[in-house]
Amino acid sequence: MSHQLLTDLSIFILSLLVGFEVISKVPATLHTPLMSAANSIHGIVLAGAMLTAAQAHSNLGYVLAFFAMMFAGMNVAGGYKVTDRMLKMFKRRPTKPVVENVQAEVKP
Amino acid sequence: MSTIQTIVDLIYLLAAALFVIGLHLMNSPATARKGSQFSVVGMVLAIAATLAYLIDVGGVTTTGWIVLAAGFAIGGLVGLRSADKVKMTDIPQLVSIFNAVGGGAAALVALTDFVHDKNLHLATIGPTPAVATALDILIGAVTFTGSIIAAGKLQGLISGSPIIIPGSKIINTILTVVGLGSAAFLFTGTTNTDVLILLLVAALLFGITLVLPIGGADMPVVISLLNAFTGTAVAMAGFVINSSALIIAGALVGASGTILTKLMADAMNRSIPNIMIGGFGQGETAAAVSGGVTGNIRQLSADDAAIQLSYAQKVVFVPGYGLAAAQAQRELKDLAQLLEDRGVEVLFAIHPVAGRMPGHMNVLLAEVDVPYTQLYEMEAANLEFPTADVALVIGANDVINPAARRPGNAISGMPILDVDKAKNVIVIKRSMGQGYAGIDNELYLDEKTSMFFADGKKGLASIAAAVRELVAN
Repeated sequence: MSHQLLTDLSIFILSLLVGFEVISKVPATLHTPLMSAANSIHGIVLAGAMLTAAQAHSNLGYVLAFFAMMFAGMNVAGGYKVTDRMLKMFKRRPTKPVVENVQAEVKP
Repeated sequence: MSTIQTIVDLIYLLAAALFVIGLHLMNSPATARKGSQFSVVGMVLAIAATLAYLIDVGGVTTTGWIVLAAGFAIGGLVGLRSADKVKMTDIPQLVSIFNAVGGGAAALVALTDFVHDKNLHLATIGPTPAVATALDILIGAVTFTGSIIAAGKLQGLISGSPIIIPGSKIINTILTVVGLGSAAFLFTGTTNTDVLILLLVAALLFGITLVLPIGGADMPVVISLLNAFTGTAVAMAGFVINSSALIIAGALVGASGTILTKLMADAMNRSIPNIMIGGFGQGETAAAVSGGVTGNIRQLSADDAAIQLSYAQKVVFVPGYGLAAAQAQRELKDLAQLLEDRGVEVLFAIHPVAGRMPGHMNVLLAEVDVPYTQLYEMEAANLEFPTADVALVIGANDVINPAARRPGNAISGMPILDVDKAKNVIVIKRSMGQGYAGIDNELYLDEKTSMFFADGKKGLASIAAAVRELVAN
């Protein structure tokens, strides 16, 4: 087992554990935005697409690179946009802010 | 390692940290939006660093740059546009499509890398990239077609009922053998493209045959599972090109998808293999049994419902997917607001599988300005029912059926909302039809239950009108 693989595997396993830990604390109310946010995060595949596309020097390579960039671009841009759209809607008190509420929020 | 390379790697690390912090901030609706913004910053940094790295190392041809820019611009614009236009009821389809393109992109990364190695006339590739390439293409391709089929089912383009392909067992066996065989051959480090194509095609077909037999109501599980797949595919792509950023991000998504898959399967009291084999909706048309239920049903009018609701101290609304199907969220919020203005305590009890993906119902209610403090998860809601004067059920069925507490039926053991513990129950429903599980709901026969037969939207609107009239007098 190469040193590189060992490092990569360690990173993978530890990230999985961090993921389980962090995500199990997300309330069910936010599960749809959570999945959408996770969706956007895997848009990082865009960076991967850029790196491999840089090696493309044949027509086949260019075609593959184009689709990789297009898919990843759609994933990352659309994912973040729709996540934000959803999260914007989650409000504590959507009706006109009453003075009492404002005070209550400042108190602690 | 050049200075630039070191800086780029450090920025990747920062981006990964921002992703984790961003996800952590999603533990409360109050901070969730900030969390998403942290994640965006991480992403922009990672992409900018990658760009800087590409410029630094050089070697990208002019055509290469054009291809990069054009692909990104087209994909990005399509993504932004669909994110802007999508209706909240259609979010599951969009998430499915993003799963598809994410998995597809991950598979393409491995393909491009493989083609590149071949062009370098390498006789073999190392064992790590070989295994990672095979897994990346396998998982990525299955996710790609599987998610497209799932999106098609959710959009109604493909029938939501389980589609059983004749001879599907044989087809799946062949696909598995071909897929695993070619993957195993790739493990040996061959640079033979034919083997790769064989694996790709088998995986693409397998994605289709995997999702087609799954019923519409099982979609929350399927979407979550495909989300986990996409994450794993991206992590594998990270192994292929040695990018820790991809490995970390992919693993985070893999973890998230896995947790959601388990939660959804638990909420339906079904095992994941059981769902993947095909829904229990198959014999659903056996409506003959439902005739026996018509016995002791109490019906009530909009005025009766309005009186019950207006003079209650606490009302729990129980929305199910039928509410979204009838597009009645606004009418529900309107009625809730009226009651709240009268001083009635109002809350919403949300079952985990109330929508078409995890947490979907919460988004639909947030859209019509229901404050998230009124959205109660199943366990919290079940503490409220015993003190509720009225539970108003709209478009929910199996998730409130007390039969789930008894063994020996299709939904035995499924966690349910304890609607029957409320003092009075009003059910708005079009007919006595059965839910997805195809069994009768004994709650409708309970003596404290009254049925209000109407379309969800019209029913809620007429009750709201009756409340207004009542209040005015």
